[in-house]
Amino acid sequence: MSARTFTAIGTRPVRHDGLDKVTGRANFGADITVPGMIFGAVLRSPHAHARLVSIDTTAAEAMAGVKAVLTRDDIPETFAKVVMGEAGTIGLHDMGDNALARTKVLYQGHAVAAVAATSLDIAQRAADRIKVVYEVLPAACTLDQALAPNAPILHEGLRTKGKATSDADGPTNVAMRIEMRRGDIDQGFGEADIIVEDEFRTPMVHQGYIEPHACVARYGEDGQVVIWTSTQGHFMVRDSCAGILGLDPAKIKVVATEIGGGFGGKISVYLEPLAAALSRKAHRPVKMVMTRGEVFRASGPTSGTTIRMKIGAKRDGTLVAASTTMYYEAGAYPGSPAGGGAMCCFASYRIPNFSIEAYDVVVNRPRVAAYRAPGAPAAAFATESVVDEIARRLGMDPLELRLKNAVTEGDRAPYGPTYGPIGLREVIETARRHPHWQAPLGPNQGRGVACGFWFNAGMASSAIVILHGDGSAAVVTGNPDIGGTRAAQALMVSEELGIPVDRIRPSVADTDSIGYADVTGGSRVCYATGMAVIQAAQDVRDQLRQRAATIWGVDLSQVGWENGQAVALDGAPAQTPLTLAELADKMASTGGPVVGRATVSPPMAGPGFAVNICDLEVDKETGCSRVVRYTAIQDVGKAIHPSFVEGQMQGGAAQGIGWALNEEYVYASDGTLQNASFLDYRMPVASDLPPIETVLVEVANPLHPYGVRGVGEVPIVPPLGAVANALRDATGVRFTELPLSPPRVLARLSKD
Amino acid sequence: MAVVYFPSGMTRYTDGVDQLHIEAPRVRELLQEVLARYPDLAVMLESMTVAVDGQVYHHPDYVPLTSTSEVHLVPRIAGGSTALRS
Amino acid sequence: MPKIHVRTTVNGEPAEFLCEPGDTLLEALRTALNLTGTKEGCATGDCGACSVLLDGRLVPSCLVLAAEIDDRSVQTIEGIAEGERLHPVQQKFLEHAALQCGVCTPGFIVAAVALLRRQPRPSERDVRYWLAGNLCRCTGYDKIVRAVMDAADQMIDAHDTGKAAV
Repeated sequence: MSARTFTAIGTRPVRHDGLDKVTGRANFGADITVPGMIFGAVLRSPHAHARLVSIDTTAAEAMAGVKAVLTRDDIPETFAKVVMGEAGTIGLHDMGDNALARTKVLYQGHAVAAVAATSLDIAQRAADRIKVVYEVLPAACTLDQALAPNAPILHEGLRTKGKATSDADGPTNVAMRIEMRRGDIDQGFGEADIIVEDEFRTPMVHQGYIEPHACVARYGEDGQVVIWTSTQGHFMVRDSCAGILGLDPAKIKVVATEIGGGFGGKISVYLEPLAAALSRKAHRPVKMVMTRGEVFRASGPTSGTTIRMKIGAKRDGTLVAASTTMYYEAGAYPGSPAGGGAMCCFASYRIPNFSIEAYDVVVNRPRVAAYRAPGAPAAAFATESVVDEIARRLGMDPLELRLKNAVTEGDRAPYGPTYGPIGLREVIETARRHPHWQAPLGPNQGRGVACGFWFNAGMASSAIVILHGDGSAAVVTGNPDIGGTRAAQALMVSEELGIPVDRIRPSVADTDSIGYADVTGGSRVCYATGMAVIQAAQDVRDQLRQRAATIWGVDLSQVGWENGQAVALDGAPAQTPLTLAELADKMASTGGPVVGRATVSPPMAGPGFAVNICDLEVDKETGCSRVVRYTAIQDVGKAIHPSFVEGQMQGGAAQGIGWALNEEYVYASDGTLQNASFLDYRMPVASDLPPIETVLVEVANPLHPYGVRGVGEVPIVPPLGAVANALRDATGVRFTELPLSPPRVLARLSKD
Repeated sequence: MAVVYFPSGMTRYTDGVDQLHIEAPRVRELLQEVLARYPDLAVMLESMTVAVDGQVYHHPDYVPLTSTSEVHLVPRIAGGSTALRS
Repeated sequence: MPKIHVRTTVNGEPAEFLCEPGDTLLEALRTALNLTGTKEGCATGDCGACSVLLDGRLVPSCLVLAAEIDDRSVQTIEGIAEGERLHPVQQKFLEHAALQCGVCTPGFIVAAVALLRRQPRPSERDVRYWLAGNLCRCTGYDKIVRAVMDAADQMIDAHDTGKAAV
């Protein structure tokens, strides 16, 4: 792909939604009010695992101010399936059962009933008066418990997909087995001069978005439903609510509010079906907002894992064999990112012989949801720790070892297809040259590096570009903005049409007002929705060419477009070029308004690679570690708005650092979550972190007209390994269990 | 003839066969042929998608194939969306 | 128990409302006064999204009872800009791309304004520790800290050249 010079792409305008956000005017889910609105609250199971014997709502219904009470009897069991982009056809049964338990509760916090009342206080007090009889069952709250012989079984009918049917067929908590192999690992390990093997554990963690889930649903007398919600995918909300509640989707409109963080955790529905069902029963609009405790207990954290990793190398550092067995917690229903972990764990390196076995295991914890590169951070933690150890034992520079084995274009990805142009070598070489790599370390400090990889989704998107008579424009898509994509879309339109970016209004439209869009996720919006935006802008350009042809009385084929103007091509009668503004002014007389549109469904984008360098200082008396310097280097394809790309890299690094150092779900032995608050679920704050330096490397993705690669998820993949490797460097001790919290570090250092 | 590769975890459903040459104009016909030969694959195929010549497609049915196309069956990844498998 | 009648000053304007004894200031701002710029992130005082200034003091409004502000004055995010003129902190947040989703932004801006009023020349360390009570999950804090430092510089320059202080 030839290097293209851009005029708008790569600049850093102030984001269009910025003013509303710095003045408090931006409307998030909880800020929506609708006339006549009442308030919903949810009654949740105190038990990790129990049969629902009976629910008596009489006392709740009798309370003044209570307008509706919802139980499983109000929502039919659904076997509906919807097609959702790359997740394929998904059954809504589990999502619906998760939203409101039917026969069993499968985690502490599992919703069992809901109340709508004239005030939130009344709704909560009424919910407390609902009498639920539970038959408490033994719980399997950890991987070890769920995998043990005679483990408590969450789903009697669950059988392991991917296992040979000749194996013993009985109740199990293993929902799926994934296997990938290449070459001959016995021979490969036989050729190795050094083999390192270890078992790694990562905790269940939460995406930690600051905005709790929130929505308002209004069910009209005619069966029309409007839902305002903070979500990463309002078309997904429409389809899910239709399927779960047995409604015709044609009667549902969903409006996406501003969203206060998602990171994958808002790609499912929790409150929306309940709010809609309550509204139907109460004949009033119903607002529902999760408390922070509910967010921790009853939304979708990501899997804790146990990963055994074994890698063999020759003396010169060439990796020859690798094998891994990976267990991922799915939470209450099948669906962990074990597949993602399996596909990513060896994605950065050429390994001729490998064996990967990954297991999706249900446990009595909240149903996991996606969290930024799902499956990959834990997998990379294991791989990068072992690679680091190999480098140490061989006396090799850790970046040299990685570079020696780094994949490049033409290599085969572990999951089969061949890589196109990719930037792993470039980012490693950039890291080697970076001043951070050479900087001296102080006392009690260590340095660690790690690589990371993530695919980028394609999926379906729609875009409309509207040209106004004054030469300004609007761009409309169906993808909620979690990364600054509205501003990026305005830059793309500006690039294509030459309209100044501050005369372009980008927006996210509701499900009535724009064509279908798959969820905002998978780092896909700049790539796939961006493609649709570019094509829609080009559609405007082509319509303007036609208008110029009309004005000049020539054929369309004789009209070109250069520098924001329609020009007569060679061979056509000479004409003064017509600017976009002039053509816009004449829209009415040359055929009417000009609206460009495009829809796309591209394949997965070129994947992204990153290297992170972490300097950690350890206080050996307290076990407390702090990151004192951090550099993130990533192949971003083409940075549409560099500040936003940097922001993704910094934010992902901070999340990864938190995951490595302090974040974890802490459970009591009875399966109750002990730290469901921001006080005890310890995410990084400003004083925990240094500045996070970012280096953007651009190896163009040939699948996209500007070379864009999705950038949002790769950043969280390297930090777990980088931090753990830094701690190894600082202490001489290899820590294989996260988080590297002070009690854990201190206990281990004291032991040694 | 296009070649379709089965990952090792699926070869138990294909009598150990890990690659197959199939004449088919599009992915849809290719998968129909595969399922006709190995019906047990159906349950695993629900959680897989298809890469053609290096590009992973979310909706692969009508992707055209040439006489040299390489097709890989690939697990559907979460990629930021719910990792649900039905 | 009858509701409590609260008379107060919010963003320089007189305001009054009725509230229950147990209502928090955050609830009163968002519902009774329709000022939804102050956000609820946790309701336990741990995230800073509900930060406001009570008689000039930075407080988490989820831990203040609505009834407590009777005869006192509150400044919220809605009162930080002066008419059409953004506060330098707001302006620098925009220029530095110090916000992504924006839900934590009002809390950070109020907290930063409070810092710069009492400490016009904070070091980076001062800024990071002052803002340690505000959680952000999107930015990793890097651009937020740069924005606040840059706002401090601008306010000092403006002060030194005799322009109106904000």
